[in-house]
Amino acid sequence: MKGILKYAKPYAAYMLLTLFLKFAAAMMDLFIPSLLAKIIDDIVPTGQERLILFWGGIMILCAVCSVATNVTANRMAEVSAGGMARKLRHDLFSKTSYLSARQMDGFTISSAVSRLTSDTYNVNRMLARMQRLGVRGPILLIGGIMVTMAMEPKLTLVLAAALPVIILIVWLVTAKSVPVYEKQQRVLDKMVRVLQENITGVRVIRALSRTDYEKRRYGEVNEELAQVEQKAGRITSFSNPATTLALNMGLTAVILVGAWLVQEGESGPGAIIAFLSYFTIILNAMLGITKIFIMCSKGMASARRIMEVLDAPEQMGVGQAPDAPGYGETASSPYHVEFRDVSFSYNQKGKHLSHISFGLKRGESLGIIGATGSGKSTIVNLLLRFYDPDEGSIWVDGQRVDRIPQEELRRKFGVVLQNDFLMAASIEENIDFFRDLPKGEAYQAAIHAQAAEFIQEKEGGMGAGVAVRGNNLSGGQKQRIMIARALAGKPRILVLDDASSALDYRTDAKLRQELHTHYQDTTSVIVAQRVSSILNAGHILVLEEGECAGYGTHQELLESCREYRLIYEQQMGAKEGATA
Amino acid sequence: MKKAPKKYLLFRLWQYLGRYRLLLGAGFLLMLLSNILSLLGPKLSGLAIDAIGTRAGGVDFQRVFYYAGWMAALYVVSAFLSYLLSLMMIQLTKRATCQMRRDVFDNMSRLPVSFFDQYQTGDIISVITYDIDTVNQSLANDFLQMMQSVVTVLFSLVMMLTIAPEMVLIFAATIPATVFLTRFITGRSRPLFRARSKKLGELNGFVEEMLNGQKTTRAYGREGQVIEAFGRKNQEAVEANTKAEYYGTLAGPSVNFMNNISLALISVFGSLLYLNGKIGLGDISSFVQYSRKFSGPINETANIIGELQSAFAAAERVFRLIDELPEKPDGAGAQVLGQVYGDVVLKNVSFGYQPQRPILSDFDFHASAGQQIAIVGPTGAGKTTVINLLMRFYDIDKGGIYLDGKDIYGITRDSLRGAFTMVLQDAWLFQGTIYENLVYGREGITMEEVEKATKAAMIYSYIQKLPEGFQTQLSDNGVHISKGQRQLLTIARAMLSDARMLILDEATSNVDTRTEMEIQKAMRRLMADKTCFVIAHRLSTIRNADMILVVMDGRIAERGSHEGLMEKKGLYYQMYASQFTSTEALHF
Repeated sequence: MKGILKYAKPYAAYMLLTLFLKFAAAMMDLFIPSLLAKIIDDIVPTGQERLILFWGGIMILCAVCSVATNVTANRMAEVSAGGMARKLRHDLFSKTSYLSARQMDGFTISSAVSRLTSDTYNVNRMLARMQRLGVRGPILLIGGIMVTMAMEPKLTLVLAAALPVIILIVWLVTAKSVPVYEKQQRVLDKMVRVLQENITGVRVIRALSRTDYEKRRYGEVNEELAQVEQKAGRITSFSNPATTLALNMGLTAVILVGAWLVQEGESGPGAIIAFLSYFTIILNAMLGITKIFIMCSKGMASARRIMEVLDAPEQMGVGQAPDAPGYGETASSPYHVEFRDVSFSYNQKGKHLSHISFGLKRGESLGIIGATGSGKSTIVNLLLRFYDPDEGSIWVDGQRVDRIPQEELRRKFGVVLQNDFLMAASIEENIDFFRDLPKGEAYQAAIHAQAAEFIQEKEGGMGAGVAVRGNNLSGGQKQRIMIARALAGKPRILVLDDASSALDYRTDAKLRQELHTHYQDTTSVIVAQRVSSILNAGHILVLEEGECAGYGTHQELLESCREYRLIYEQQMGAKEGATA
Repeated sequence: MKKAPKKYLLFRLWQYLGRYRLLLGAGFLLMLLSNILSLLGPKLSGLAIDAIGTRAGGVDFQRVFYYAGWMAALYVVSAFLSYLLSLMMIQLTKRATCQMRRDVFDNMSRLPVSFFDQYQTGDIISVITYDIDTVNQSLANDFLQMMQSVVTVLFSLVMMLTIAPEMVLIFAATIPATVFLTRFITGRSRPLFRARSKKLGELNGFVEEMLNGQKTTRAYGREGQVIEAFGRKNQEAVEANTKAEYYGTLAGPSVNFMNNISLALISVFGSLLYLNGKIGLGDISSFVQYSRKFSGPINETANIIGELQSAFAAAERVFRLIDELPEKPDGAGAQVLGQVYGDVVLKNVSFGYQPQRPILSDFDFHASAGQQIAIVGPTGAGKTTVINLLMRFYDIDKGGIYLDGKDIYGITRDSLRGAFTMVLQDAWLFQGTIYENLVYGREGITMEEVEKATKAAMIYSYIQKLPEGFQTQLSDNGVHISKGQRQLLTIARAMLSDARMLILDEATSNVDTRTEMEIQKAMRRLMADKTCFVIAHRLSTIRNADMILVVMDGRIAERGSHEGLMEKKGLYYQMYASQFTSTEALHF
């Protein structure tokens, strides 16, 4: 587990001290019974009561030392384990935050959630317990073996013969259980997903009366998880009786060999008796050690899952190769935002965009319209560089987007995505969105986004709370807060992906008016369903199954693009009715 | 959060284990048996050593082999029994865990919708995954261990009393001290474990929320800040964890300390007694051995106290979710709806999510069976609230709602909701194939019907183009499927439903208008006899509705057909006209 070792490094000295203290405490515990033997064997026959009291005092002193060192060591173990887990979890979250959209699709969100939570707890637990319990066993084992070696090497050898068997058992159990624990975590991912779906879809599930169906679906995962847990338990609980048996068989062999040794006059029964009592110590130590191995295998399965994410290669980096093909002379774009012959597919099977080109000067606007699934949102995904195009290039501020550091690129944008989200926080925090905007800017943006009115009606105004997933707001209110978020921070490029679909026409029109007056220099890309939302855009792109069906102004398209004319007539056909 | 008394918690936990009394009893027997066997082992080895004797050349090999043979047999049996015991305990834990997870989920499906509007998804998930796991990891094992301890402790105590009752007095001092110490530690650590569970839940909530909003974070380049916020939560969670664990692990060494003190006192006191001729040297030795046996289990128990505390704290969270008040039960004599026609009346309905802030007031309308009712109005006017009331996700404050002339509060919730089907703007799909999502657990739906519905919802040709067609898996976030397409799938799902009433709340907001019009035509045909409630901003969507309700500030401002309302030249007319004013007045 190289990955985890890296996290242990800064704590190496600290952990070493912990282990030393644990060692001291264990020695102390071993020392106390020998003091008892001393009192009974050496002092009592002399009949000196003061000496008895003296050695009793020493015993108590030892007990105090033992508890002090043990408590300190336990605390230190928890502190270092917590520290390592904190760092690990932090790095995992950071890494997850910077995974490419494609990688995230691969891991899935629910799995990422359980890796960040359940798996990191397992590792935390493992790290702490290993330190807390991992010392005593080996010390007793080594100590016990050393003493017996000194006493009767031949008998020790008999016992040592049991060791390979035990090692084999522990190895087998660990090797078998790690994959089962990994599977357990994978099933847990599934369970998390079902739970998530049930919570976010609660209204639909109730409306369709599918509660029982969902119970069944959950019941299946629950059962599957329980089965895997049981399997893991069956494997690991094998090690304890098996190792005990191996040692006890060794013990029996010791008696047989001992009998032979006594017969040959090489040893006495007293040695065998003493040997047997040390043997109990060794046995207990061995049991402790196997217990630790079991604990480790669960932690290790989790650690492996964490490392899988941490070791994921960095994608979507900034290309620094100026000698890359096509970089030389075409290394600039006259536009503020440009798509140059872009093609893209999410899964390399179907084409989701083919040969899309457009260019926008600063302050110009692009409206994108087209049927459901025609690739509108895909253009937004590419512009923001959630994905890289398969062919062609995308330019912002005269630079290819894959040559711009991500933070710098995204600072230029104000965005409302199609599946956008609100946090459980205040309205102001949702608009500010971790940006620490100057005071008043969020509210200014809310005014422009037509949100100020309803915000003021709320108790607490900008400080009013947004419930989980924005559930205490209407669809239109949510969208306006998101638009305010996009406008706050004065973006140079505004991207609205179907951002006003839940707004009534009046509010929508007012919003457009505000944008027109206050955001003149902002280049905008607007994806919409309503022609009225985009028909005054400087450029309009009509998409049809990922291809450009028309590109131009409203007037030009009305004349040249059949698809556009159809959409327009259908939506505005009602116009006559309105004025009639 | 209320502190649940420990006794009550134990009772609740016992309900999970108590169900398997047979298994528990068998487990206890096995435990006793393997304990006795483990006591026999040393005895046999003693006999074997006796057989070896002390003289070289005088070993009675026959007897040595005899006893060694017994030893081996004993150990095999004991190993087998202890493995069997583990298996039983695992089985027990498995069932209890499974049951607990099921109970939580069952109650979740009874909770009012408002519950899920309040709690972080991740926090709820953490109860089911983390907390239940914590409870059950300790439950069965610790339970058995405690029983075992009790047996051994009692046995040892009796033995010690027979040897030297005077020396047992030492325990009269040390045992209360031990009890006091453990009580003190558990008293300190319980709130800490409770805090830990809470902090972990919060962390989970944060993680879940932020990962789901990851694209937005990315679009704004706010990863750094989110990571920072995560860092704070993480720090809190780790600190709470370290603190709780630290206090939990105090118990082990402390009790060990008390045991060592007892040992020291026994040595001194015993030696003094010996010197005074009260007891023999052998008595000290066996007393010490039994006191070790006596303190061993106490030690073990103390060691698991930390785990028990953490299990209790977790159990509190689990039971809180299980005990969370479900939706008000259906009134006594609530009817199950039989044949539904779909005649809906709202009479003077008033409602507010918070009592002092009414959202709807004096709302009334009548929707005859088979009619299409459109609800329009400015954002936030209370349109979705009407739906929440119809479905009884929330209960009205005043007035009445009637379905086919029956008060809906006299109808069971299940049958009421069963009479509706619903499509929302947030097209909800689950992990599974497209087919599974469309059929969604209903039986008796033929492939022809599925194809017909998907054709009507204008999504058939898209599905056909997918390499695996209807068997295509929809992944977590539906990456390869656009939001509009998701909406189309949920509409197809609704079309497959045989409910008499249909609710479309911005169901086609992300669908292009041409497709939408096609769907409308198909819906008219497929759903001619169903009562439809449609909320839409695109007024073109609802032009053909039988009745349009214009909602303004929680009241119905206007009602009528499209033509009628246009003639009126009121609010609706203005809204309708404003769809087109953009052409003339507003430049973008």
